[in-house]
Amino acid sequence: MTEELKDIQKEENIVYKKSSLLTDNVMHYCPGCTHGVVHKLVAEVIEEMGIQGDTIGVSPVGCSVLAYNYIDIDWQEAAHGRAPALATAVSRLHPEKYVFTYQGDGDLASIGCAEIMHACNRGENIVVIFINNAIYGMTGGQMAPTTMIGQVTATTPYGRDVKLNGYNMKITELIAQLPGTCYVTRESAHTPASVRKTKKAIRKAFENAGQNKGTSFVEVVGTCSSGWKLTPEKANEWMVDNSFKEYPLGTMKDE
Amino acid sequence: MAKVRGSIVVDVEKCKGCELCAVACPKDVIQLAHEVNGKGYHYASMAKPEDCIGCASCALVCPDSCITVYRAKA
Repeated sequence: MTEELKDIQKEENIVYKKSSLLTDNVMHYCPGCTHGVVHKLVAEVIEEMGIQGDTIGVSPVGCSVLAYNYIDIDWQEAAHGRAPALATAVSRLHPEKYVFTYQGDGDLASIGCAEIMHACNRGENIVVIFINNAIYGMTGGQMAPTTMIGQVTATTPYGRDVKLNGYNMKITELIAQLPGTCYVTRESAHTPASVRKTKKAIRKAFENAGQNKGTSFVEVVGTCSSGWKLTPEKANEWMVDNSFKEYPLGTMKDE
Repeated sequence: MAKVRGSIVVDVEKCKGCELCAVACPKDVIQLAHEVNGKGYHYASMAKPEDCIGCASCALVCPDSCITVYRAKA
């Protein structure tokens, strides 16, 4: 290393470093996985708001089942799809705490569809972070309810066929119609700008929880490079070309 | 005008070589190293350290939070 680099790499010159809430465990996610970025954003928001001791996360079943290993806060592990139901109980027992669920599309849109709909309709004071990569990542890339028409997965090798598999589910649009929700948005995390935007959305969702406003729902359209059989870079490109057409980004509700 | 100089330090053992930082870098500073880490991944490294402006784009998109960014006026 040159002398000049040593001069720059000093403690006082740090402009960005790993959030202190993230543990030293190496994440088990595949290279380039969106989960890692969103974990980081959740940790940064909790750290910046100074609510580490007042936040309870509910982790799902799916790739992010081990989320409790990575963010140093209190966690509960829910049965598959039941994170909103468990979060309901936690937030009612501890109304002063910030309660959030972190769910993937297989967990939230498929087996947990009833739980999320009813939790949002009741207007539970929770934050829901929903990672939509249109595939079941952990089990080997099978079709999920959010898999797009024509998308190739392990169980739709010729592409999703409407006659056989029905249409892809736009769950965030459905949830935006429910009166219990106060903030419903769809973001992504593939460029520095979109990462900053997603962080703002997550921050707003947690602030809503602090003000007892109801359910805040943040969808993050993500990639699954292993399931999609693409490199992380190509997966991001595929997402921009395909996912964003079916799942357009933007805030649907902000009350 | 003082020139802004930046630098990054990559946690080599945590890096999985996804290359998203290299894509995000506006100055094409980052490339994967020829060497591999303990897990066999080619890790991210600065190929052109003199061009780094410390914008932190790479660290923002890094899924494994393994990049620390420094910035100084030189």
